[in-house]
Amino acid sequence: MHAVLKMIAQRLALGALTLFVVSIVIFGATELLPGDLASAILGQSATPETLAALRAQLGLNDPAPVRYWAWLTGALQGDFGVSLATRRPIADMIEQRLGNTLFLALYAAALAVPLALVLGILAALWRNTIFDRVANAGALSAISFPEFFVAYILVLWLAQSGYFPSMVRISPASSLADKLYMSFLPALTLTLVVTAHMMRMTRAAIINLMASPYIEMARLKGASPLRIVLRHALPNALAPIINVIALNLAYLITGVVVVEVVFVYPGLGQLMVDSVAKRDIAVVQAIALIFASAYVLLNLTADVLSTLTNPRLMKRG
Amino acid sequence: MSLPVFLILFLLGSFTLAFVFRATLSRALPHNQAIVARDMPLTAAFGIMVVAVYLFVAVFAPLLAPFAEREVVGAQFQPWGGAHLLGTDRLGRDMLSRLIYGARNTVGIAFATTALAFVVGAFLGIWAALRGGWLDQVLSRFVDALMAIPSLIFALLLLTIFGTSVLTLILVIAAVDATRVYRISRSVAQGIVVMDYIEAARLRGEGSWYLIRREILPNALAPLVAEFGLRFCFVFLTISSLSFLGLGIKPPMADWGSMVRDNATLITFGDITPLLPAGAIALLTVAVNFVVDWQLHRASGLKE
Amino acid sequence: MKNLTNRHGVTRRGLMQGAAALGAAGLILPAGMRKAHAEPQRGGTFRIGIGHGSSTDSLDPGLWDNLYVQVFAASRHNQLIEVNNEGQLVPEIAESWDSTDGATWVFKIREGVTFHSGKTVTPEDVLASLNHHRGEDATSAIKTFFDPVTDIRVDGQNVVVTLDAPNGDFPYLMSDYHLAIMPGTDGRIDPTSYDGCGPYVVESYEPGVQASLTRNPDYWKSDRAHFDRVEILSILDSTARLNALMTGGVDLIDQIDPATIGMLEARGTARILSIPGNAHYVFPMDSREAPFSDNNVRLALKYAIDREDMVDKILGGHGAVSNDNPIGPANRYFHAEMEAKTFDPDRARYHLREAGMDSLNVTLHVADAAFSGAVDAGALFAETARQCGINIDLVREPNDGYWDNVWMQKPFVASYWGGRAVEDQMFTTGYASGSSWNDSFWEHERFNELLVRARSEIDEDLRREMYHEMQQIVSFEGSVIIPMNNNYVMATALNVATPERISANWNLDGFRCVERWWFT
Repeated sequence: MHAVLKMIAQRLALGALTLFVVSIVIFGATELLPGDLASAILGQSATPETLAALRAQLGLNDPAPVRYWAWLTGALQGDFGVSLATRRPIADMIEQRLGNTLFLALYAAALAVPLALVLGILAALWRNTIFDRVANAGALSAISFPEFFVAYILVLWLAQSGYFPSMVRISPASSLADKLYMSFLPALTLTLVVTAHMMRMTRAAIINLMASPYIEMARLKGASPLRIVLRHALPNALAPIINVIALNLAYLITGVVVVEVVFVYPGLGQLMVDSVAKRDIAVVQAIALIFASAYVLLNLTADVLSTLTNPRLMKRG
Repeated sequence: MSLPVFLILFLLGSFTLAFVFRATLSRALPHNQAIVARDMPLTAAFGIMVVAVYLFVAVFAPLLAPFAEREVVGAQFQPWGGAHLLGTDRLGRDMLSRLIYGARNTVGIAFATTALAFVVGAFLGIWAALRGGWLDQVLSRFVDALMAIPSLIFALLLLTIFGTSVLTLILVIAAVDATRVYRISRSVAQGIVVMDYIEAARLRGEGSWYLIRREILPNALAPLVAEFGLRFCFVFLTISSLSFLGLGIKPPMADWGSMVRDNATLITFGDITPLLPAGAIALLTVAVNFVVDWQLHRASGLKE
Repeated sequence: MKNLTNRHGVTRRGLMQGAAALGAAGLILPAGMRKAHAEPQRGGTFRIGIGHGSSTDSLDPGLWDNLYVQVFAASRHNQLIEVNNEGQLVPEIAESWDSTDGATWVFKIREGVTFHSGKTVTPEDVLASLNHHRGEDATSAIKTFFDPVTDIRVDGQNVVVTLDAPNGDFPYLMSDYHLAIMPGTDGRIDPTSYDGCGPYVVESYEPGVQASLTRNPDYWKSDRAHFDRVEILSILDSTARLNALMTGGVDLIDQIDPATIGMLEARGTARILSIPGNAHYVFPMDSREAPFSDNNVRLALKYAIDREDMVDKILGGHGAVSNDNPIGPANRYFHAEMEAKTFDPDRARYHLREAGMDSLNVTLHVADAAFSGAVDAGALFAETARQCGINIDLVREPNDGYWDNVWMQKPFVASYWGGRAVEDQMFTTGYASGSSWNDSFWEHERFNELLVRARSEIDEDLRREMYHEMQQIVSFEGSVIIPMNNNYVMATALNVATPERISANWNLDGFRCVERWWFT
């Protein structure tokens, strides 16, 4: 157990380093974008005089390293500052949207992970049968449709007929049942998008072990195919499966801006795209760090779980 | 024709075609390959057949397409049939011709992107695993950081900075994809570099380049090929999502990802036109991965 | 000047002509709907889905820039002067206005109006609201409007504005949507507050998502604001907007993809409103740079564009061909008799030869940020131009940063204008030499001279003649290609009723649908 704790500490330190690099990359990239906050806010109506006035007002005339340093010292003290575009505290802007984003990610994961595991195990069990082929082809077709297109098709089938709303209108006051009903279509869309990857990995990881001597042994002892897969193959195949699940969970949190747009779902992705468009660096940074933290933490969790399921990995730390 | 009937007919048709294709192959090919062809599953035969058809269409697009890629030939959204077999698009360009040219552009761009991502990502990944130490640390931490940034938003940032010519599109998507490839190849290679035969080769005094090329790469190929199959198809999706966010391929060039986006609204009214480019992508994805699965299966040594 | 302007600063004749022009171009509603107009009724929650809005939208009136904030502003604020549905100026917070010489304007402030917070609207509040857009450190988009203003002061119940030169159209500027009246403290408004004196009180607002408002029980207009509640939603994806309307999620949407208008209409579950106005799509060319410095090249390009086809395919027929004229049929002095330009490859080649060229290679930079369908319009333009020996290389620029990086930076681009109610305003902002929005960097001596003279010309016929000549100059010697006037296209649920005429001044009934429309 001690080794696991040491690994967690090590990985957390590396995670902090990752966050630091991310903040520099994002700051640099946003700086390189043509235009700045002032010209983005004024848009077509910008004149040299109003631009100069707005730049002075927003403190954009300082050199980039100075502004980055100011941001970093603030962020290290837990103060992410105010959005320059709206003058609202960034923590306020993000709080509710972060909740929405996590809710949708959990919802989709709750649908997708069990589905992917069951389909993957069945496909491995009945490998090379019609079921395997159809499940495989179906899953591949589902991921080869762009997300927004999957969403439109679901809206055509399930919203125009009145079963589910075509857009999500939730507030902190909505009841859980309401939220689940309202967000069903975006969750279903995301489920279709992420299931294939996890299912294929489950199947592949199990099949990969089916030729091992110990499985052969179990088979010779007359264990049923289902028992072989569940009791003998699956536990040893968990590490890669957990890793893929973690990657997909990270995607559900960080990569769903298109689904947010289609279902008018107020999540972090849309806020980030908006803030990039307005060059509102402080907001972009805050969200990028949230996304990066989610990614780092999920990967860490996956590694810890893999290590626990397969102590041989411990050596590799 | 209702959807289930259509699906069943489609499956039956594919099945028959694949069967005929496999039979033809096992006759036409020289003895060694003929055995391979005879033993391959129907899905793989189907996959190879589809890929072959796509390549044919891509290479001979100008000969096959009834109209030019950019030519405005009439009113917009003409129905199927007549001179325009699949109707016209929102500007009155021939849909079939654009689908055919789309094969050339889309497959070309996707292949170039994925190949570039794999060359760069796999090389760096294996190199990092082989050398270890500070090189591995620096590269891995940097790649970690890049992967922690959502790929679509990162691509959006880069394309806004560098413009949206086809070349920058390929480079940017390849750069984002390369981080994923790096990670996989590094972890696969890490398992290989501790093997005795690598140690032996090192003691022989072989250089890094030799080790990567002759010892590690061949042994790491299977998982990389599997990843290639999926990454290849994700390129279309990335282009499609980018055009959803307002960045895409330079008009009037036809590509399936943007064509889905341009016509997507029609699905709201039950018009299946946008299903054509989307279906083209899906078919290719399924086909490529069928072939990949078959190769993986052969490599795994399972005999069932 | 006295006989030029009445109390509203507009000649009687001008008004009537403006109205007549609007009527001719205006929306004719189907006969079955007429009954619905009879009497507005109170009640219901009006939900609007708008294709704009961003989580970074500001409450600062000087920075309002998209339809979402414009409608949201019209829901909670009033202005000095309103533009009514016939394009005329009518009193709002200014009960009346007057000028003896066209240079000093006196606005009498309405008494007994209160802000939502309960405070009474005073001339000091109006002064603070105007001054927000004026002065050295002002960051307002309409700061230039106040360049000729030398002084604004309060005089009893009046606000007095002094200009450096007479301008009979000044009250039109004061009807601009940025000029919301907000409460002032120590001569300054609070640009982060949404306190106003308009028809609805803000209940909650989340930028880029939605705003909820309830009817202002103390609203001073008795015949307006018929809904109990208003919800304004930002729905950026055009397909999502259509779905929201078709599934009953909203009652009104804007910006309908031209490709789908016909299909939506055929469904019969929604009503399409298509309002012709002065808005237009443009392709400005940098007149300082070769080859666009040669008027023959510009004319060749103007004859190489198929305007009819563009109206059909880019606007779905919901618009009109424009003759490179920024003044629209809804304007007072619109010049309808100019020689019409059609797609004419021979004529284009003729002008190319005149410019000493056999063929021409130019690069056109477009993005859908310029106007919806700009990339498609560019592709159509490139196709027709090819038949005239002109090779247009189309570059699709990112939407993000378009106004900053492309517009007025690259020599040949796409852009749009909302159109202006007054000729002078249109020409002064977009075509006068040295104006900061003169996006073709165009200089024309005769045009500039006419512009100044027409501003203070008293004789109506002379003034019309001058504006006609200016339109002729812009059309045939200008450096902007204007292929089409786009209608404002919106769709409503069947139970939404509107006045017989819908304003052509801006989109969504001049942003005022919230206070002018009702449920049947």
